[in-house]
Amino acid sequence: MAAAGPAALQVVPRQRAQSVAVDIRGVSHAFDLAGTQLAVLESIDLSVAAGEFVALLGPSGCGKSTLLRLVSGLDRPSVGSITADGLPVEGPDPSRILVFQDPTLFPWAKVWNNVATGLDARGVLAQERSRVDAALELVGLTGFSGAYPHQLSGGMAQRAALARALVNDPALLLLDEPLGKLDSLTRLTLQAELVALWLKAQFTAILVTHDVEEALLLASRVIVLSERPAHIKAEFRVERPYPRHRDDPRLIALRRQVLATLGHEI
Amino acid sequence: MSNVTQALDAGAVAPSRISLRGVQQAIWTNGLLAAAAWAAAALVTVALPDVVPWGSSGLFAAITTAAAVAFAVLAFVVNRLPRLGAGAVHYGPWLIAIGVWLALWELTTAKFGWLPKPFFSPPHGLLNVYVTETLRLLTCIGYTLRLWSLGFASGIVVGYAVGVALGWSKRFSYWGMPILKLIGPVPATAWIPCTFFFFPTTFAASVFIVALASGIPVTILTSSGVASVNRSYYDVGRNLGAGDWYLVSRIAIPASLPHVFVGLFMGLYYSFAVLVVAEMLGAKYGLGWYIQFQTAYSGYANVYATLIIMALLCAGIVKLLFVARDRLLSWQKGFI
Repeated sequence: MAAAGPAALQVVPRQRAQSVAVDIRGVSHAFDLAGTQLAVLESIDLSVAAGEFVALLGPSGCGKSTLLRLVSGLDRPSVGSITADGLPVEGPDPSRILVFQDPTLFPWAKVWNNVATGLDARGVLAQERSRVDAALELVGLTGFSGAYPHQLSGGMAQRAALARALVNDPALLLLDEPLGKLDSLTRLTLQAELVALWLKAQFTAILVTHDVEEALLLASRVIVLSERPAHIKAEFRVERPYPRHRDDPRLIALRRQVLATLGHEI
Repeated sequence: MSNVTQALDAGAVAPSRISLRGVQQAIWTNGLLAAAAWAAAALVTVALPDVVPWGSSGLFAAITTAAAVAFAVLAFVVNRLPRLGAGAVHYGPWLIAIGVWLALWELTTAKFGWLPKPFFSPPHGLLNVYVTETLRLLTCIGYTLRLWSLGFASGIVVGYAVGVALGWSKRFSYWGMPILKLIGPVPATAWIPCTFFFFPTTFAASVFIVALASGIPVTILTSSGVASVNRSYYDVGRNLGAGDWYLVSRIAIPASLPHVFVGLFMGLYYSFAVLVVAEMLGAKYGLGWYIQFQTAYSGYANVYATLIIMALLCAGIVKLLFVARDRLLSWQKGFI
C-alpha cells in the first residue's frame, strides 16, 4: 500500500492493521421499552472481509443503525456474537469508529480540537499533533481548524466528523447515514470523497443508508434488510470499478433489482 | 472567528448607527436639552431654600452645573469625538430624563416638602451622606465585599462540584437529589439557628449563609446541565477511547457550562439578597449592618444612599459575570 496509501496520514507510522474482518454470527437484539421487548434485529449472519465496503440498505427504523452500534461496541447484542479479526467485540474501541448522521461535533471546541479528540482522549496528542493537521488536510478543512462547529456548513461539519474518525487510523469505519442530512449537491461531492478516502486508506467500511443509488455507488456489496425486526433479505455484489457513475447501465439495472426487493416491503 | 467577534460587538453596533444620523446634524440637540435640564436642577437647588436643611446643596449644584456645562460643550463637538460622541448620543434621551428627574426630585422633597423628611431625601441629601460618612461607608463596602466574596466563592465551588457529581453519578444522585430537593426551597436564612451552633464565629456563620444562598442554584443548574448533555457526545467520546474522567472533564463540564452560568447569575442575586440578613449576625461593619443601624435611627437618607451603593456593586459584579460568560461561551453564539 506504500505507493497508493494516504500520503497525508502517513506522517506518523501506522500503529495497527489497516483493515479488519468483521464477523456477525446469529445476532438478535431487542430493546426494553417500558417492560415490553421490541425486537429490532433477528438472527443476522454477516461476514465482512478486511478492506471491503458493505452497504446495509433497508427501510427507515428497521434496525440498521442498531446493528452498527453493536458492531462499534457501544451496545452489546442480546443474542449472538460479533468478532473483529476473530476477537470478540466487547466495548467501543478507537479502531472501529462510528460516524453518525449528525456530525455530533463538540460545539464548545474548535474544529482542530474536535478532530484531536481521539488522540487527546488516549493521551497521545502531544506526540501526534501533526496527524490532526494531516486529517484536516485530507478532508479539505485546513483553513477551518480555528472555526467553531456552528460556523461550518452541514457538509463541512460532516467532513470534520470524518476527519475526527480518520485521525485515529480506524481499521473499520461504520457510517450511519453520514450524508443523510446534506443537500443533494454536497452529498454527491462527499460520496465521491468517501470512495476516494476508502480507496486510499483501505479500511473496512460498513455504510448504513436508505438511498439505493448511494449504496450502489459506494459499496462492493449491498445487503438488503427487511422491516423490523430486521433480517437479511437479499445480497447484491456490485462488481464495477471505481469511480462509478450513476448513469452506468449496469448500476441502473442493479438499482432496479434492489428497488424491487425493497418494494415488496414498502 | 470573525463571526464571533462581530456577534460580540453587536452591542456596539446600535450607538454607531445612531451617530451616523448625528453626523448630519451640526449640533447635538439632545445634548442642549440635557444641559438645560441639568442646569434647571442646579438652579432649583441654589435658588430655592430647603424646607429643612439637608446640607451639601452647594456641592450638588456645583456637580449638576458642571454636568450641564459638559453636555453643552459636547453638543457642539460631539461629531469630532467618535467613541465618546457615539456613547453620548446613544444615552442622550437618558441624560435629559435624569436632569428633569433631579429637578423634580429637588422640588418635591427639599424645596416644597411634599415628600417630607425623614421618609424622603432630596438628591443633595444623599450626596451629603456620601460626603459626611465617606470613611464609614468605605469600611462597610470593604467588609461587605469580604463577606460576599468569601461566601459566593466557597458557595459556587462546592455547589459546582456537588452539581457535577449529582448530574454524573447515578448513586450520588440517588442519595443527593432527594436531599437537595428538600433543602433547595428552604431560604438560606432559615439555617441561622443551626449556624450559630456549628460555626465558631458569627463571621463564619454569615459566610455560610451567603455560600448556601449562592451554592444551591449553582448545584441545581449544574446537575441538570450535566444530566441533560446530549448522549451522542458521550458515545463519540467512548468510541474514540475516552475514559470516565475524560468524559466528565472534557464533555460533561463544557457541555453543561451554559446551565452553570444561569445558576451563577441566580446565585449572585440570591447572595446579595441574603447579605443584609447575614450581616445581622453580630457584624460590626458592612452595608447590610449599616442599613439596619440607620433604619433603627430613622436615618432613611443614609439607607437610600447605601442601597444605591449595593445596587451599583451588584450591577458591577453582574457585568463582570456577563463578560466572563461571553468569553467562555463564545462558542454558543450560533445557537442563540
